Amino acid sequence: MFQAIQLIITRDPALFEIVALSLRVSSTALLFSTLVGVPLGAALGLSRFAGRRLVIALLYTGMGFPPVVIGLFVYLMLSRSGPLGSLNSPLIPALFTPGAMVVAQSIISFPLVGGFTMAAVMGVDPQLRQQVRSLGATPWQTTLAVLTEARVGVVVSIIAGFGSIISEVGAVMMVGGNIEGRTRVLTTAIVLETSKGNFDLAMAIGVILLGLAFLANVAMLSLQGRAFSNE
Amino acid sequence: MSDFVYQLRDVTKEYNGRRVLQVDGLDIRPGEIFALVGPSGAGKSTMLRLLNFLEHPTTGRIHFREAEFNPSRPMPLKLRRRVTTVFQSPLLLNRSVGANVSYGLRLRGRRNSGRRVEAALKEVGLKHMARQRARTLSGGEAQRVALARAIVLQPDVLLLDEPTANLDPYNVGLIEDIVQALNRQRQTTVVLVTHNVFQAKRLAHRVALLLEGQIVEASDVEMFFESPRDPRTAAFVRGEMVY
Repeated sequence: MFQAIQLIITRDPALFEIVALSLRVSSTALLFSTLVGVPLGAALGLSRFAGRRLVIALLYTGMGFPPVVIGLFVYLMLSRSGPLGSLNSPLIPALFTPGAMVVAQSIISFPLVGGFTMAAVMGVDPQLRQQVRSLGATPWQTTLAVLTEARVGVVVSIIAGFGSIISEVGAVMMVGGNIEGRTRVLTTAIVLETSKGNFDLAMAIGVILLGLAFLANVAMLSLQGRAFSNE
Repeated sequence: MSDFVYQLRDVTKEYNGRRVLQVDGLDIRPGEIFALVGPSGAGKSTMLRLLNFLEHPTTGRIHFREAEFNPSRPMPLKLRRRVTTVFQSPLLLNRSVGANVSYGLRLRGRRNSGRRVEAALKEVGLKHMARQRARTLSGGEAQRVALARAIVLQPDVLLLDEPTANLDPYNVGLIEDIVQALNRQRQTTVVLVTHNVFQAKRLAHRVALLLEGQIVEASDVEMFFESPRDPRTAAFVRGEMVY
């Protein structure tokens, strides 16, 4: 703990670089997984269509998928001989870059965001949709109203997605490579320092990681607004 | 002015192949309070959902003003927004009372609606509760907020689905007074669904009896209660079982 405080006070540049990259990669991945997961969860919770159960089964499977397997999948897809890497498109990130780490983390977190959002939306009384529509809501406005009513659960889904990637190590190690100054993040730094026997430094980075996760969750909690009060 | 607000022709509604509503012909006139009475499960709420264009009929057509609503043709949003429903169990949004009442106006892109919201809340006697969380209200207060969020929209047609069921006599009287005032002052057409024949008698200009999805009789309120044409209507008015 003391070393963690010392690292922060002395503004260790290497540490700040790692913290900044961790936050950048995880927040970008969380943004993508929220943009995909929340609408997907809302669609699965509010509509009925052929193949819905299959999509839900796949989503549930994704919620428990080992990150290291996702890392392997992304590695194979993005490697120079892989189906995406061989395209040499500027839109497809190369292996051992922060972009590849964002792709892996997005795939890890979006099923969690989608699955929990679906559950939250399904928990809202179906009659509410009818009543909102009777007030003149369009389908889009109705969906928004339901998501707003389910906001406690939707924010929990985003927090769960964030938790799954800020603490994740296998996939980012595999597709990022833990390259100093380029793809080293807090979790991979902990693994490295532990393997070198620097347990104090590893612990200090761990404490910083915990602190960051706590602050991020406090910030996200504010999105739930006053939903908890007066109930 | 047209001599009808709604015109229903050969309308049916089926769920999973089971027919729950069959209305061969029904006109609802502008500015009237039209009560639809009948036992539970008769199809009254289904009828209201069709009149609010929340569900399509299985067959037939519903004319509303100049537009036709049928199994494949939706009602244009602009016209759909001229109709609103107050449900038996109001579900208020987890926001303040004022935000609930202004919600429909915001859906229509009207931001500065403070005065209208205030006026609507005053009309239902809840002006002092504008800042209160909606979920802390009693059943009667919640129903009055639901009525306020409907009347603030100044609809052409107000649909009421058992609006006073499970309410105490004070709230029943209050809501009935508001509905009558709305009808008199703004000529709002009201379609009231109720299983309470006394309420229909107190409020309605015309009444229809719905049994097993079909309209048995629709007539002026005096005729309906004093000299019904159909023996089933007479039995229902007397409070006898007519299943």
